[in-house]
Amino acid sequence: MSSDPTVLHRGSLVLKPGYADHAGDALRDLRESGDAVDFQLDHHHDVASTIQLGFWIYLMSDCLLFSGLFATYALLSSHTAGGPAGSQLFNLPDVLTETMFLLFSSFTCGLATLAMNADRRNATVGWLAVTFLLGLGFIGMEVREFAHMVAIGAGPDRSAFLSSFFTLVATHGLHVTCGLIFMAVMMVAVLKKGLTPTNRARLVNLSLFWHFLDIIWVGVFSLVYLFGVAH
Amino acid sequence: MNVANESVARHAPPGAHGQAHGPAQKQYIIGFALAILLTVIPFALVMSHTVAGTPLVIAGFAVAQILVHVVYFLHVDTSEEKRWNLMALLYTGVMVFIVIGGSLWIMHHLYVNMVPHAMHGQVWK
Repeated sequence: MSSDPTVLHRGSLVLKPGYADHAGDALRDLRESGDAVDFQLDHHHDVASTIQLGFWIYLMSDCLLFSGLFATYALLSSHTAGGPAGSQLFNLPDVLTETMFLLFSSFTCGLATLAMNADRRNATVGWLAVTFLLGLGFIGMEVREFAHMVAIGAGPDRSAFLSSFFTLVATHGLHVTCGLIFMAVMMVAVLKKGLTPTNRARLVNLSLFWHFLDIIWVGVFSLVYLFGVAH
Repeated sequence: MNVANESVARHAPPGAHGQAHGPAQKQYIIGFALAILLTVIPFALVMSHTVAGTPLVIAGFAVAQILVHVVYFLHVDTSEEKRWNLMALLYTGVMVFIVIGGSLWIMHHLYVNMVPHAMHGQVWK
């Protein structure tokens, strides 16, 4: 179309209450992002929810990936081949601390989303930074646990139990690491370009991803650590 | 396509925008408190060796906490707008059940019928 802001008055949203606010916000975003004006509000809405649904379906497929790893672990966890069993290896107080790191980070990630919805850019970045540090704490503890296990001869090559343990837990850890990279990129992006529509859509996906990883971790600490020690 | 098209927060209902902190923040706090509770209790039960039938209890707490996360953190509900998210989630739930439950069921029968001693610990040397 053109860069004429009156194009915004064409959408079917014209009659909806609060329309003026939306148009004003959209215009400000456009100014911030510095991109050409070529859209209508309805279209705008559809694309955003389509992107979010697409990301949601990715999360669901990721869930299926994990279900395969959970099934494998459940089947092989008793096959210790004469090596150490879970109850001899796992340290529940440490696992509880890791869990709290992840749970608190999920909460602060929610606070970042709220700050974004309230258009508070610095607060958004601040909560993301807190989330990042908590996630880093989780990964740090996990790496330390793995290093300790390998050092005492309980590495992934020791038994079928340990192979499936490392595959499941490290795949989750790898996801968390990817989430941390995603988060670092978003902090820079928000600081540089502000809360543009693009950044908002990505932040929503990031928070979905982060909450999803916490859900997977609930499965991990229950099936792997609590079952392992309770047996 | 213009990248500016990708707004998400923009289509919050008018009015919800300025006061987004109210109900949404309450949701996160409720969810967080429930999640803490549903984490600490099973850990405490296992660490103090108290409960009989522990695996079922642990599984119950895990399922409850997953539901809390889905409702309070992922905000999945039955609204028109979230319908497809809900459908995809339910479908995934069925698939996860088939993959995990089916694998355990098949392998259990395999062990029972083909490797009689396997169920008693010593699998192979």
